[in-house]
Amino acid sequence: MPVKEKIIEKIFFLIALSSITILALITFFIFEEGLPLILKIGPKAFLLGERWIPSKGSFGIFPMIASSFWVTFGALLLGIPLGLACTIFLAELIPPSIGILLRPAIQLLAAIPSVIYGFWGLIVLVPLIQNYLGGPGLSILAGSLVLSFMILPTIITISEDSLKSLPPSYKAGALALGATHWQTIWRVLIPAARSGIVASIILGMGRAIGETMAMIMILGNAVKMPTSFLDSARTLTTNIGIEMGYASGDHRQALFATGIVLFFIIMGLNTLAIFLSRRSVH
Amino acid sequence: MSQGSKIVIKDFNFYYGAVQALRNINLPIQPNQIFTIFGPARSGKTTLLKSLNRLTDLIFGTNHTGSIFLDGTDIYDSKVDLTHLRRRIGIVFDLPTPLPMSIFDNIAYGPKLSRTNRRNRLNEIVEKALRSAALWEEVKDRLHGSALRLSGGQQQRLCIARILALEPEVLLLDEPCSGLDPISTTSIEETLFQLKKDYTIILAPHNIQQASRVADRAGFFLNGELVEEGPVYQIFTKPRDKRTEDYVTGKFG
Amino acid sequence: MIINRSRYMTQSIAKFLIWMGALSTIAVMILILFQILKEGLPVLHLRFFLDSPKNMGREGGIFSTLIGTMALTGVAIFFGAPLGVGTAVFLREFTRESKISRVIRFGTDCLAGVPSIIFGLFGFVFFVIQLNMGWSILSGGLTLAAMILPTVISTSEESIRAIPPSYREVSYSLGGTKWQTITRVVLPSALPGIFTGILLSIGRSIGETAAVILTAGSSLVMPTSLFSPIRTMSVHFYILAREGISMEMAYGTGAALILLVLMINMMAQWLINRYIRHRT
Ligand SMILES: Nc1ncnc2c1ncn2[C@@H]1O[C@H](COP(=O)(O)OP(=O)(O)OP(=O)(O)O)[C@@H](O)[C@H]1O
Ligand SMILES: [Mg+2]
Repeated sequence: MPVKEKIIEKIFFLIALSSITILALITFFIFEEGLPLILKIGPKAFLLGERWIPSKGSFGIFPMIASSFWVTFGALLLGIPLGLACTIFLAELIPPSIGILLRPAIQLLAAIPSVIYGFWGLIVLVPLIQNYLGGPGLSILAGSLVLSFMILPTIITISEDSLKSLPPSYKAGALALGATHWQTIWRVLIPAARSGIVASIILGMGRAIGETMAMIMILGNAVKMPTSFLDSARTLTTNIGIEMGYASGDHRQALFATGIVLFFIIMGLNTLAIFLSRRSVH
Repeated sequence: MSQGSKIVIKDFNFYYGAVQALRNINLPIQPNQIFTIFGPARSGKTTLLKSLNRLTDLIFGTNHTGSIFLDGTDIYDSKVDLTHLRRRIGIVFDLPTPLPMSIFDNIAYGPKLSRTNRRNRLNEIVEKALRSAALWEEVKDRLHGSALRLSGGQQQRLCIARILALEPEVLLLDEPCSGLDPISTTSIEETLFQLKKDYTIILAPHNIQQASRVADRAGFFLNGELVEEGPVYQIFTKPRDKRTEDYVTGKFG
Repeated sequence: MIINRSRYMTQSIAKFLIWMGALSTIAVMILILFQILKEGLPVLHLRFFLDSPKNMGREGGIFSTLIGTMALTGVAIFFGAPLGVGTAVFLREFTRESKISRVIRFGTDCLAGVPSIIFGLFGFVFFVIQLNMGWSILSGGLTLAAMILPTVISTSEESIRAIPPSYREVSYSLGGTKWQTITRVVLPSALPGIFTGILLSIGRSIGETAAVILTAGSSLVMPTSLFSPIRTMSVHFYILAREGISMEMAYGTGAALILLVLMINMMAQWLINRYIRHRT
């Protein structure tokens, strides 16, 4: 019997290694495909180059890095306050009648496919921006607006968890000292839960940087350094998404190299968020 | 080694990491008797019972020295088949622990694990076990209803029946009446009395009165030590040790 | 008095803003659904679901993409669910908090954050090229399986964690082996939670586009085997909308997608509620 148990345990152990194995495989293959090109043209020319002309062999992705950060920054600008508002609402203010609406609404926001968001941005936001603010409409602004809703579920679920896991004595103590409900929330609860909240924002940021399909549909995809929120733009992800279908040779390698950069950014953010949320548990 | 003992505990020490829960226990236990181990909270009763069928193996970071013999074989021997051991020594916990399934499936759970029992054979086993635990009349019409809907006392008798279905040799009962009302307690005590002729029973009572009511022999535990052991009337009327006397006369505990 | 009044003033303003935030989130959510369903629902006749797309999707329906979606999701769950549940079982039943469990959790958390386009790149080199499976249901399904793994792991682990420890103790005390305890007590009790995780994964697989288009292709031909390329509903919707092939069809497909995801999400929610109510 014990032999059989040992074998079963080994099998489960191997299964349990699947996620880490996949992560390793992803890392390996992205690097194997992308690294040669980075080494060939030099990391500096690749990361800081401003020209992306695959047919001529120039592969500079700086405008895409910049655009990724512009779009993400814009998304956070709206996403953070909205996310915090919903979090506080759910954790502290919620009247049952609205709660019945808000929770499913947030779960749905998480469930809606990104192509649907992209489409909605395209048919609703883009014309609005074009008519009222000028420019091509397909723009960083449109992308940021859509993204800010796409990252809401991430921000809300994680920061609500960290608010809810605070000991009830925090709240009782502050209220007993005569603080108003709002002061208690703002000066006691939010600061106490801050590592979890920051982690949620970082994960939301990762989600925003990584979003592809919706961005292809609404950013306009022009490769250029962004100068205004009304410019159209191409991000790291959309660069891969648009050109992967037909790229080959160096061009394909350059797309994988773009993936490496994206992967690095995401892994950095992930590690930071994991570190922060571990800390908030202790 | 005492002649005719079902179980012999010899120089047994038990540790949860750095915490020693049992200190140098030596104790023979006779068959067809109810042996009761009593003592204040945290004195090591549960630990001893769980050591007897090696449920303590499930707890991470535990250690022991010494031996426990069941019919002369050390149960901590590496060759011992754990599943077989646990079928021979059944345990009932302090709180009722029905599994989230029907009454029938709860009782049949153990028998189904070992043999490929045919359905009608299972029916027999279940009925017999429920009858021995004095529960059959109360549940025979709802065998396939959820066990979670039984009352606390019924659940505890279900747990006893679940063990009996395995036809074990030894029954361990860890404060089996702790959550129960007096009527359920009485009915469980009566059940134990019936069972005594076929089994070796070791009971951690939930109070001294219960120990004196049902047991043949008793051992007093304090801080992991077996202070003294003997026939119930002796332990409760003329204990040899001052600490036992203090406890049974209610000076502490 | 004045200080006091301003404290309550601040509180009122803050609460007002929070209400606005919460309400506008709900409003946007409803707006998104409404604006797509309004145009899309009228397109949804039975024929739309049962006719294959013709003329690149300008006419006909979405039948082949429906089949493609189901096939791909099926493969993803077939591989992803056992791996995910197995990992959760290992983490909860076979090991304590240890170095190895921390490494596995870290890997899972990281995998959860990897963007789908990266999964697409990986699936493309690994399954499509290296393992020579081409653009196919299998390549796409395996890529999706990798993607849903973290969801399945965390929901299963959560529901296994919620099982009272006494259930295990009882099973072992009745002579159960570890395997018997897992299959007869642990997994059945964790089933609603595991099933919720699988439903959420199905939802995610249905909606996924970036990873799928790179690994399963975008062929409108009816698949004949696991090695056939396919086009899922999401990919179809994307192509219809982006290439401006047919707005009417795009709205229809979008509405169908939303309804599907909505249905699955509601089922998951129902399970969660039932499950939680059961527990408390
Ligand atoms: N799982 C465990 N991990 C660490 N220490 C434990 C564990 N279980 C019991 N102990 C310790 O072992 C000692 C004996 O505990 P045990 O539960 O055996 O006592 P008990 O006599 O059954 O008490 P009670 O009357 O409260 O049931 C106590 O000091 C207790 O704190
Ligand atoms: Mg105890």
